[in-house]
Amino acid sequence: MISANLSAIFYLVSGVLFILALRGLSSPETSRQGNLFGILGMVIAITVTFLSTGNFSTGFIFVLIFILAGGSIGAFIAYRIPMTAMPELVAGFHSLVGLAAVFVAISAFLNPEAFNLGTPGNIKLGSLIEMSIGAAVGAVTFSGSVIAFLKLQGIMSGSPITFKGQHLVNAIILISIIVLIYLLCSTQSSNLFWILLTISFLIGFLLIIPIGGADMPVVISMLNSYSGWAAAGIGFTLENTALIITGALVGSSGAILSYIMCKGMNRSFFNVILGGFGATDDSVTNSTKEQRPVKSGNADDAAFLMKNASSVIIVPGYGMAVAQAQHALREMVDTLKKNDIKVSYAIHPVAGRMPGHMNVLLAEANVPYDEVFELEEINNDFANADVAFVIGANDVTNPVAKTDPQSPIYGMPVLDVEKCKSVLFVKRSLSPGYAGIDNDLFYKENTLMLFADAKKMTEDITKNL
Amino acid sequence: MEIDPLIFRLSIFILSIFVGYYVVWSVTPSLHTPLMSVTNAISSVIIVGAIIAGLSGNSNTVFNTSSIFGFLAIALAAINIFGGFLVTQRMLAMYKKKKKDKK
Repeated sequence: MISANLSAIFYLVSGVLFILALRGLSSPETSRQGNLFGILGMVIAITVTFLSTGNFSTGFIFVLIFILAGGSIGAFIAYRIPMTAMPELVAGFHSLVGLAAVFVAISAFLNPEAFNLGTPGNIKLGSLIEMSIGAAVGAVTFSGSVIAFLKLQGIMSGSPITFKGQHLVNAIILISIIVLIYLLCSTQSSNLFWILLTISFLIGFLLIIPIGGADMPVVISMLNSYSGWAAAGIGFTLENTALIITGALVGSSGAILSYIMCKGMNRSFFNVILGGFGATDDSVTNSTKEQRPVKSGNADDAAFLMKNASSVIIVPGYGMAVAQAQHALREMVDTLKKNDIKVSYAIHPVAGRMPGHMNVLLAEANVPYDEVFELEEINNDFANADVAFVIGANDVTNPVAKTDPQSPIYGMPVLDVEKCKSVLFVKRSLSPGYAGIDNDLFYKENTLMLFADAKKMTEDITKNL
Repeated sequence: MEIDPLIFRLSIFILSIFVGYYVVWSVTPSLHTPLMSVTNAISSVIIVGAIIAGLSGNSNTVFNTSSIFGFLAIALAAINIFGGFLVTQRMLAMYKKKKKDKK
């Protein structure tokens, strides 16, 4: 058994190691080392916890069994999961953090002596507040992540689910959560604790159902943030520095990612969270739209255009992930490079279903990361490029965002694809993207539409090169 | 007058938010997905609370209502720790620089 002070110092060390783990991610070279720091931090935290409880009886054996059981499931998932399913995986993992926070809070509420928080029915006020906040946020994280998971997995429709008075219902529930925490602290009633948990689960569910599929990058980042705050809440209850530091890190990390994602769509956080985007009146776009001429081509035409180009910029989007076209795309690019054509990739911040989604897929297909550029880095290059190859992206290339103040996506930063000498647009049909608006790019003089499955089209082009 | 230890914890919390803010802004956007999976893994350090809860039973009864919730939380957090770190490792291993010698 080690002293409380010594274990506090070790918890601090593991907190610092977690900071270094995140710091490592500032470049791919240092990132692998960073991950090892994270693992080391975790090992220290767990070991110190064992040493400080000094309990190596039967219970200890069971703890090990549960760690091994959970660990093998986790390891199994980590090795088997395809990279395209990463958004679902992350959403699923968030839900587990949330649920674990809820369970720890329940456990502490039922048996406060084990945590030195007082006795049942007489828990220290501060601890009770921290505990109930941790539990409520954890419950919201859990049910919200489950919904996000179901939507991403396609088990539940990705379109927003809205009903009348939705915001009012949510507001009432949020207020009642605060009231319940207050009552819980003054009465210490366990019934109130269970009600608090139940309605927190409910609000997590209600908060996420109105948010549509393409807004998932914001939702996942937000839930990431919540899982951090839940951990921090529990950290205060347990008076554990490692947990407080980690909670704060994860909380701010998720918040920053949500901010970046919202900025990538030029929408306020509340606009996204209140949901329902894209569900508005698609009748307008349908009725006023006259049939405009579209040039469509086949793989042969596309191959011809690219062969004669000296530089090509590839714009991948969610459609590439759906079609699993990243490997086919890389093969096409390899062929282009053999013909001395310069190829780079342009990634919009909100391309895909989670932050950095496209980068991971391209990395999986062995695309060197120094050929992949962010929006600001590459946007000026479109004017000098010969061909832009848009594969599975749509709204993020729509020039309307720059020209039409009436458009719902006006002001959103977009890739200046239309400045290229010619644009190849791989898409299954002319249907509008997530924002429910027509893409002007389809009708431009220099755009050639390639109507096909992204993977099949890419393979065909490679054959024709 | 003594300062409440809560204030110290609150200070750590606030300062960590600032550290997190600056550290996360310096993360390159191409690594945002690994960032999410690794933050997932480290937030599962909540397992320390779960372990304390799991060990709270006395020597005669390992399992009581409170410790069962602890054990469940241990399993959930362990899934996340192993899954999170390993999947991050797997992703990071894929990020490669252009090979210079490649024709």
